[in-house]
Amino acid sequence: MTEEKDYQKILASVQKPVEGEAGKTGSWSTIKPKINLDKCIVAKMEKNVCHFCWLYCPEPIITRTIPPRILYDYCKGCGICVEVCPHKAIEMVEESEL
Amino acid sequence: MNASEEYEIMIGNHAAAYACKGAKVQVVAAYPITPQSPVVEKISYFIESGELNARMVRVESEQSALVACVAASATGVRTYTATSSHGLMLMYEILCWAAGNRLPIVMNIATRAVGAPWSVWTDHQDAFTVRDTGWLQMFCEDNQEIYDTNLQAFRIAEDPCVYVPTLVSYDGYILSHTFMPVRLEPQSRIDDFIPPLKHHLNLGDMNVVKGVCPVTTPHVVKREEGTAPGYYEFRYSLQRAMEHSIEKVVEVHDLFAEKFGRSYGNGIYKAYKMEDADIVIFAVGSVASESRLVIDKLRAKGIKIGLISLKLFRPFPAKHLREVFKDIKTVVVFDRDVGYGYEGILFTELKSALYQLKNRPFIKGYIVGLGGRDVKADDLINGVLRTIELEKKNEYVEQTEFIGLKLDELDFLKKGGKVENGR
Ligand code: SF4
Ligand code: SF4
Repeated sequence: MTEEKDYQKILASVQKPVEGEAGKTGSWSTIKPKINLDKCIVAKMEKNVCHFCWLYCPEPIITRTIPPRILYDYCKGCGICVEVCPHKAIEMVEESEL
Repeated sequence: MNASEEYEIMIGNHAAAYACKGAKVQVVAAYPITPQSPVVEKISYFIESGELNARMVRVESEQSALVACVAASATGVRTYTATSSHGLMLMYEILCWAAGNRLPIVMNIATRAVGAPWSVWTDHQDAFTVRDTGWLQMFCEDNQEIYDTNLQAFRIAEDPCVYVPTLVSYDGYILSHTFMPVRLEPQSRIDDFIPPLKHHLNLGDMNVVKGVCPVTTPHVVKREEGTAPGYYEFRYSLQRAMEHSIEKVVEVHDLFAEKFGRSYGNGIYKAYKMEDADIVIFAVGSVASESRLVIDKLRAKGIKIGLISLKLFRPFPAKHLREVFKDIKTVVVFDRDVGYGYEGILFTELKSALYQLKNRPFIKGYIVGLGGRDVKADDLINGVLRTIELEKKNEYVEQTEFIGLKLDELDFLKKGGKVENGR
């Protein structure tokens, strides 16, 4: 087997979002998402059954845990998690209400 | 079995479709456009009749078609599409994405002029326009060559030394809709020739995580999760892979010739009556086919002329062409395309390749047959004879010359002529 050349190894730029790639984006907004654990299906069933918010958060700073948690240091307040939550368990609130 | 039973009579588009069936493509996404449509119609027939186990993704445009192919290919499956002209133009952005991600998609172009004005007839403008997107590009002269080149294209594109998407072009109507005998190979022999795809990518597998940052930066990024090349390294890699793919193109062509008994020159170009030639015509596709007749006619008059019909356009085989042209006195290039504002695209490319030669040939380019204007042998002969005259006088013509123009038939151009509708 001949040795692989660099052009055989540098191929597709497959990228995975990582926490805090754009720095501490938490300062970008004044309103923040808050998960209502009484409504969140993952929290209620104590099972990995949804996690849409984890999948869609572009930062990505919602944990794939039971229950899901938001790392506010990096949350830019875009509200995507609110839109995708099938159980309407997330709403945007003033930072002071967190 | 007698000889006639081994061949089927079919149009070029169907030859392309049969090759896809032979290659067992897994995902096809395309949008209908003249003169390509019968390719995908035939493939959908194969799928519906159960002869081909593939998914046909119906989409609303060519851009979406290629996006679907990119997505499918990124999950590690063999992917194919076909288009023409405006369809290809609409795909332009995604062509760059496919190449940049080194996805071994195979695409056919049934070549067609690009509007305006609206035309459905052939020329090579569409194929040459996507020259710099990072796709391998090959041209064909007959239907058997379409079938054979497509089979080779999958193997070349998917080779781990290559991983570059590949375009196989053939002239709209002249091949796409013309019936010719094509020998179809048995499935078992094709399976032997094209190994299953071993893709470098499988986005279907969520556990395989390669990159680390969402944007590829100008610099190399090092993080806990790993190291990511910068944009520059990715693009360097694509160019290197293209450069080295010439060896693979030849290797796969030779293997094909050995296995199936059909060859196309050396896989890079097809030489016709070159042995003692001191004048050479350089062309691709339909123009090259027509030139064969020109060679025969001019040889009958005692002119030592030959033809180089270019098969591999990208990567451009500069080294091989220098070898061919190093002892040639005169070269005539016929372009069925224009690099607007300069000259024929093949003409530019060849001159650039030959620049390194100590004794460069006298070289003259002509434009022919845009938008399906018939390319007649006699027209090409005039081009050759004019070139010989110019060479004698060592005269260089600055303006682009168009062969087969019919300005004299436009009455309104004549003195006092009225401008008519359709000016
Ligand atoms: S608001 Fe945006 S950044 Fe913040 S957790 Fe939701 S999706 Fe993520
Ligand atoms: S999307 Fe909504 S229900 Fe699903 S895990 Fe997130 S908060 Fe819970």
